[in-house]
Amino acid sequence: MYKKRNDGRKFDELRPIQAKTGVVKRADGSAMFKIGNTRAIAAVYGPRELHPKFLQNPEKGVLRCNYNMMGFSGAGERVRPGPNRRAKELSMVIEKSLTPVLDLTAYPNAVIDIFIELVETDAGTRCAAICAAAMALADAGIPMKDLVTAVSVGDAEGTLCLDINAYEDCDMGATDIPIAIMPRTGEVTLLQLDGKIKKEQLKEAIKMAIKGCKEIYEIQKKALKERYQNDK
Amino acid sequence: MTSKMIRDYITSLVSKGIRDDGRKLLEYRKPMTVEYGVSPKSAEGSAKVQIGETEVVAGVKMEVMEPFPDSPDEGNLMVNVELLPLSNPEFELGPPGIEAIELARVVDRAIRESKCVDMKKLCIKKGEKVWTVVVDIYPLNDNGNLFDACALAALAAVKDAKFPHYDEKNDKIDYTKKTEKKLPIIELPASVTVLKIKDSFLIDPNYEETQIYDARLTVASLKDGTICALQKGGADSFTLEDIDKMIDIGIDKGKEFRKVLEK
Repeated sequence: MYKKRNDGRKFDELRPIQAKTGVVKRADGSAMFKIGNTRAIAAVYGPRELHPKFLQNPEKGVLRCNYNMMGFSGAGERVRPGPNRRAKELSMVIEKSLTPVLDLTAYPNAVIDIFIELVETDAGTRCAAICAAAMALADAGIPMKDLVTAVSVGDAEGTLCLDINAYEDCDMGATDIPIAIMPRTGEVTLLQLDGKIKKEQLKEAIKMAIKGCKEIYEIQKKALKERYQNDK
Repeated sequence: MTSKMIRDYITSLVSKGIRDDGRKLLEYRKPMTVEYGVSPKSAEGSAKVQIGETEVVAGVKMEVMEPFPDSPDEGNLMVNVELLPLSNPEFELGPPGIEAIELARVVDRAIRESKCVDMKKLCIKKGEKVWTVVVDIYPLNDNGNLFDACALAALAAVKDAKFPHYDEKNDKIDYTKKTEKKLPIIELPASVTVLKIKDSFLIDPNYEETQIYDARLTVASLKDGTICALQKGGADSFTLEDIDKMIDIGIDKGKEFRKVLEK
């Protein structure tokens, strides 16, 4: 039984969050999302012409995400540059988690590029990446049905923990369940699971994630509002 | 691609000693700042640098490796620059192009040739084990003058770096435990890139100026005025007087560069 979290949090408590938009001046939209010691920066470019040309689709635009960990951002050894299998998969699932809120048919032959860089990591990187990317899309002024908000829930020795950290994820070997939702409707746009869990427990985990996402949603909205209040 | 119109406009301004953003030719943009420890738990050392709207982060990771056969009692240094497509709409994904490679090598030389890190003190066991210092540099917002911003970020990250705990018996690094021991630094160099546009010289180019210069000279120097690395770039040539003037500017402006780093 996991009785007390190593960082002193309650089991349904998020780590401290910072969120800011407009952090990359050259980009069409950008955001920073930091949760605990995990920090993601996302920049959106586009909609712009898609190259190489054979990828262009006259019926709808393409959303293209790139997730990357900076060389010094890992907990252990240096992360070698270039996309590895993990980064490619994460780029893909992040892309799919954001697609439902966009209307890509509005951008034939075009691409919306989202580049996400992790500056420091302490578990929950794909969720932080999604939170940052959704804010960057909104900051870029791209019409969206909703924001997207994500958090990971862990099952550590039978106890559900919201927003697990690297100790719980790696050292304790918790079952890791990253979830993204569209917060207004509660629809799920990302669901992964690594480890063992019973169905009843999973239902509880999803409930816990949705509750956490609602808190994060408020922080995302606040950061977006702040940006446009300061821009007067 | 920058149009001829912008080129002519900037050139005519510069010939009158003025710039589009209101600066003098030999003036850095503001703010010029260093923020240390932007990735304090993950990296051994890290820093974010801002020069005007140009922002660069750099981080240090340390590993234990075999030394190179020609320097069995010295540590290794590796500098890597990745021109993130996040930082500039012109940059593309993929392996580093010549631009990133030159940047990394110029920063590498400033650190290496200034002997600012005492490489002998990175030796754990001669001929067998030495520390390797890897510096990864990433522009976050490219608004010109990546050469100096990358150098400043790299030096700040090196300055910020502390050794991780190393268990010599088992040859294992515990990255979660940082020691209080900083990298053995002798003296940090300054690196200033001087641009030539027609017959004028200027420093700290903004994005447009970076696109249209005729030639450039990056001057890395120490406090006492010793030059430790030079790199010429650009298609135009220099006269000997040009070189003389540019080196003087480089060394002189190096004082301001160093002040930011020493703060």
